[in-house]
Amino acid sequence: MRVLEASRVAATAIAANRLRSALTILGVVIGVMSVVLLVAVGTGARNEVTAGVEDLGSNLLIVAPGSFEFGQAPSASRFTLEDVERLDRALRGRAAVSGQIVSGETIRAEGVSATSSVLGVTAGYDQVLGRVVSRGEFLNASDVATGRRVVVLGASAADGLFVDVDPIGRSVAIGGLRYRVIGVTERLGAALGVDRDAQVYIPVTAAQRLFGTRRVDTIFVRPPSADVLDAVSAEIEFVLGERFEQDEFSILTQDEILGVAGDILDTLTLVLVAIAGISLLVGGIGVSNIMLVSVSERTREIGLRKALGARTRDITLQFLVEAVALCGVGGLLGIGLGVGLAEVATRFSPLPADVTSWSVALAFGTSLTVGVVFGVFPARRAGKLDPVVALRYE
Amino acid sequence: MRAPPPVVDVVDVTRSYRLGGDKDADGAVVHALRGVTFAVQPGEFVSIVGPSGSGKSTLLHLLGALDRPSTGTVAFSGRDVEGLSDAELAVLRNREIGFVFQQFQLLARTPAWQNVALPLVYRGVAVRERRRLATEALAAVGLSHRLGHRPAQLSGGEQQRVAVARALVTEPRLLLADEPTGNLDTVTGSEVMALLRQQGAERGVALVVITHDPEVAAAASRRIRIRDGCIHGEVAA
Ligand SMILES: Nc1ncnc2c1ncn2[C@@H]1O[C@H](COP(=O)(O)OP(=O)(O)OP(=O)(O)O)[C@@H](O)[C@H]1O
Ligand SMILES: [Mg+2]
Repeated sequence: MRVLEASRVAATAIAANRLRSALTILGVVIGVMSVVLLVAVGTGARNEVTAGVEDLGSNLLIVAPGSFEFGQAPSASRFTLEDVERLDRALRGRAAVSGQIVSGETIRAEGVSATSSVLGVTAGYDQVLGRVVSRGEFLNASDVATGRRVVVLGASAADGLFVDVDPIGRSVAIGGLRYRVIGVTERLGAALGVDRDAQVYIPVTAAQRLFGTRRVDTIFVRPPSADVLDAVSAEIEFVLGERFEQDEFSILTQDEILGVAGDILDTLTLVLVAIAGISLLVGGIGVSNIMLVSVSERTREIGLRKALGARTRDITLQFLVEAVALCGVGGLLGIGLGVGLAEVATRFSPLPADVTSWSVALAFGTSLTVGVVFGVFPARRAGKLDPVVALRYE
Repeated sequence: MRAPPPVVDVVDVTRSYRLGGDKDADGAVVHALRGVTFAVQPGEFVSIVGPSGSGKSTLLHLLGALDRPSTGTVAFSGRDVEGLSDAELAVLRNREIGFVFQQFQLLARTPAWQNVALPLVYRGVAVRERRRLATEALAAVGLSHRLGHRPAQLSGGEQQRVAVARALVTEPRLLLADEPTGNLDTVTGSEVMALLRQQGAERGVALVVITHDPEVAAAASRRIRIRDGCIHGEVAA
């Protein structure tokens, strides 16, 4: 008996027990759906991170405290403004340098209040991180030197705090102190899950007073081109090496961040897929169980087929094809559901899901494999039935 | 000219079953057949009678290559089953033997013509041809108008006629029927028997029928009585 013939018999058997077949493949459907959906979400997150990091530009160096590795908790910064200044002096003419300190604060303006990230930054931050002022101007060296209470608002922060009025020249309260708005930045959009337009910028000196600290969280260094990254990086290492141990700071390039972020996301995706895999396994056991029930229910049919000339392998093939067909249908339904849910996730959640063809192929292949693996035992059992015993079976 | 070999030749056959599993050497042994010698010649009609439990069905299973003897030989047209694999026995059943059972043994929810065509599936016959042959076989048993009916939509007599068509569609040399009228009323039973005999005679098929009905038994050209797993008498008409 050829596979085509076996498929015909399998289709009839599956159709004859529609409800039971549907319940049987539920586990496979859920497993495959999970694989497709989770890989899609993982891939979406990865794309998002990649786009966000690439937005920084390939010629940016980020100097962060501690060693930056997957599995390593971030360390508290011991950088101060002095370190930023020393780097700036050492790299003058070769790269732009800017320091930053961040904290979430409540901002008030004329009866409206909002919570946003307040970035204390040094002059030149706009150049190093690519912030463009659409109205007014950015913080300058004198603002920073004197710790002047002035603020530049991100585009959506400005929209939220000032409705229908020009914010330039007006004042906002941050941590109970008044700051004069001197500029609004152009819209940048979100990156790495951060809405950059909701941020506000104040002089780093003012920020340190506000937060009650002398530290600087991160130092950004941007040479004009990526070709000199190594030389600039060596210079930073040399300068900071005077005050810090090797493992007290790290210098990150775009590639390194992508690498570490990729590792984190890959691990996460792998864990999620492993969980989905378990549900596929459970689904497979369900299929095996129902196939065994089906074999014993159809014992007389098996005996009859053997009496009429079916060989052991004809019967085995028939039941194996049935198991594989069940799982295949389950796989297709699971893919349909997974793709559909990924579409829904993309449309209605901030998390864009990206269905990848390899995950669909993998999920479908796995469901067929589950069919074979869990179908073999019941199918062989069916094939081995003695025709005389099977025909007498009540 | 030498006579053709018997369709099936059973020589000094025993068949015993060990109860309580194969591994239990002390388990009770049931001797269903205790030394049976018996041959079926081409085209003849043999009836087998005997009390319940005497071994009739056991013998029929051996005649149908569904089972192997414990000792002794069973040979089909001169080929000893001992030298044949299970797969070869399946092919032999498919080519040379047709079965009719007391319980009809039709596939539920399956149209009559597909039931009839079932043995052809294992012969690798294409669907179109299967349908043609099944239609012919159903016409021969007078069921041309029931091609698409499912077993549940047929009377007992009609179901058994479908089973007869299924047994004949492969053009076997040997037709084996185990109490074919056992589940039918007298009139319907006689009709089915008449059909079996007529078809058997027309096609030159040897026919072996197990029966409890003396009238059915008497119609055969040879009658065999079995008791306690042995042949206890044989009458030729
Ligand atoms: N698989 C088996 N295991 C054990 N004993 C069996 C088996 N098959 C048949 N027997 C025994 O063999 C004996 C002969 O059985 P068989 O079915 O051949 O009888 P029968 O003549 O066909 O009876 P009936 O007229 O009731 O159908 C019986 O005693 C039965 O219990
Ligand atoms: Mg019997």
